[in-house]
Amino acid sequence: MDRMETICIMCPMGCSLTVESDGGNISVKGNTCLRGKVYGENEFTSPKRVVTSLVRLEDGGVVSVKTNGLIPKSMIGDILRTIKDVRVKKPVHIGDIIIKDVLNTGVDVVATSVREQ
Amino acid sequence: MYNYDVIVIGGGSAGMSAALEARKNGAEKVAILERDSRLGGILNQCIHNGFGLHYFKEELTGPEYANKFVKLVDESDIDVYLDTLVTSMTKDKKIVAVNPVDGVMNMTAKAVVLAMGCRERTAGAIAMPGSRPAGIYTAGMAQRLANIDGYLVGKKVVILGSGDIGLIMARRMTFEGAKVLAVLELMPYSSGLKRNIVQCLEDYNIPLYYSHTVTRAKGKNRLEGIYYAPVDENRRPILEQEKYIECDTLLLSVGLIPANDMALALGVETDPVTGSMAVDERRETSIEGIFASGNVLHVHDLVDNVSEESAIAGRYAGEYSKGVRENGRPYSVKASSGVRYALPQKVYSGEGKVKIFFRVGNIYKNAKLVVKSGDNVIFTKKYMILSPGEMEYVLLDKSSLSGDVSIALEV
Repeated sequence: MDRMETICIMCPMGCSLTVESDGGNISVKGNTCLRGKVYGENEFTSPKRVVTSLVRLEDGGVVSVKTNGLIPKSMIGDILRTIKDVRVKKPVHIGDIIIKDVLNTGVDVVATSVREQ
Repeated sequence: MYNYDVIVIGGGSAGMSAALEARKNGAEKVAILERDSRLGGILNQCIHNGFGLHYFKEELTGPEYANKFVKLVDESDIDVYLDTLVTSMTKDKKIVAVNPVDGVMNMTAKAVVLAMGCRERTAGAIAMPGSRPAGIYTAGMAQRLANIDGYLVGKKVVILGSGDIGLIMARRMTFEGAKVLAVLELMPYSSGLKRNIVQCLEDYNIPLYYSHTVTRAKGKNRLEGIYYAPVDENRRPILEQEKYIECDTLLLSVGLIPANDMALALGVETDPVTGSMAVDERRETSIEGIFASGNVLHVHDLVDNVSEESAIAGRYAGEYSKGVRENGRPYSVKASSGVRYALPQKVYSGEGKVKIFFRVGNIYKNAKLVVKSGDNVIFTKKYMILSPGEMEYVLLDKSSLSGDVSIALEV
């Protein structure tokens, strides 16, 4: 049986959730509302995050980037390593695609700040 | 030459919002004075997402949020002075500012908006014992060095304080390859958002120790480690249980101080709890024509609230510059019994609604908020939970005001 403990982030209550699965059924305990149940189930089965980080510029300095959609939490490390190897040229503008379809996630890494020439 | 209807001091989220709104509401000549070499303030270094959900109804990173306002300022005829430091200001709104292009500028304004934000508390400000080797940074300083300048300040990190900047930096340093060994929090709860505790610490198995503090920093040239201990109910360290962690970096996320020195020097009325200016619902200080908004007034959890509050300050500063004055009857607003502070500190009779922000002093469950005006209860609301880390607000009907306002909790 799989088991996970986490804190619900849907509201300031911050209920302590225990999520358990016996293979088929997923049970959430500790939640005080339906939103907590849904949050617990999603965190258990397929937690997703937006990743924000930095990309190096070719002539020094950095520019901030993000994934322009949710990616599986388990892929954060791999995506960070991919981002680290990239070098970009100025000028960079908000929304510029830095890495297209990063690691076949269907999500792009895009610039989130401006670095003019 | 430097005569303006409205001068806004500070070009961060508060200043840009105030300047734009002043321009829309009567002020023809508006200037922003900004110390940094770009607009946007602290948002520029907050590269994480989570901004704008309320104000723009979409989730943005800090630089993206800032840029939406920068674009509007660029498209307007607002004069922006960058790399500009204000050296003095008088009650009759004469401002001396200096920058490398214009030199010393003697400026005048019909109305001023103070939007200077806040500073971080340092090791000195919290009287942290031990030596002061290299490697001790405020969390925001480390954030700026990492996200704007591209330097990682250390490899083995301990963070004191679980405020949002500390939590965000725990994840940031981890992403950049550093090992975050622990986050220590003096209080039995965090002042940071729940979402940050989960997504910045739990996701990366970074331990958070409540009711713990740093007892000593060790190291001569570079930090070698820190001693830490649990604290008793009076927040005094229990030295018998002191432990040691080897680390090369200590980040401090131990609170923010409004950057309001210049206003206090003018003798403006203050709120003893926020330590900053007391304002009326238009965000005017006790000095006529001098308005204030954003983190220089009180520390906000969400930039969305800063933009909203600063739009109020800007609107009334603009109207003031055209000679419009408040003519409602003033009532004071006082927080008591569990409510730590309420802002604005003064409201007026009249029509429409007025929003009052408040923050509680502890975690309260199943509490009832009671707002009175004179002897009449004009608003009540039940909360499942109220936490010091989350600013709340109530909307009051101005027509219901008949006396001074009190905001209190019944638990």
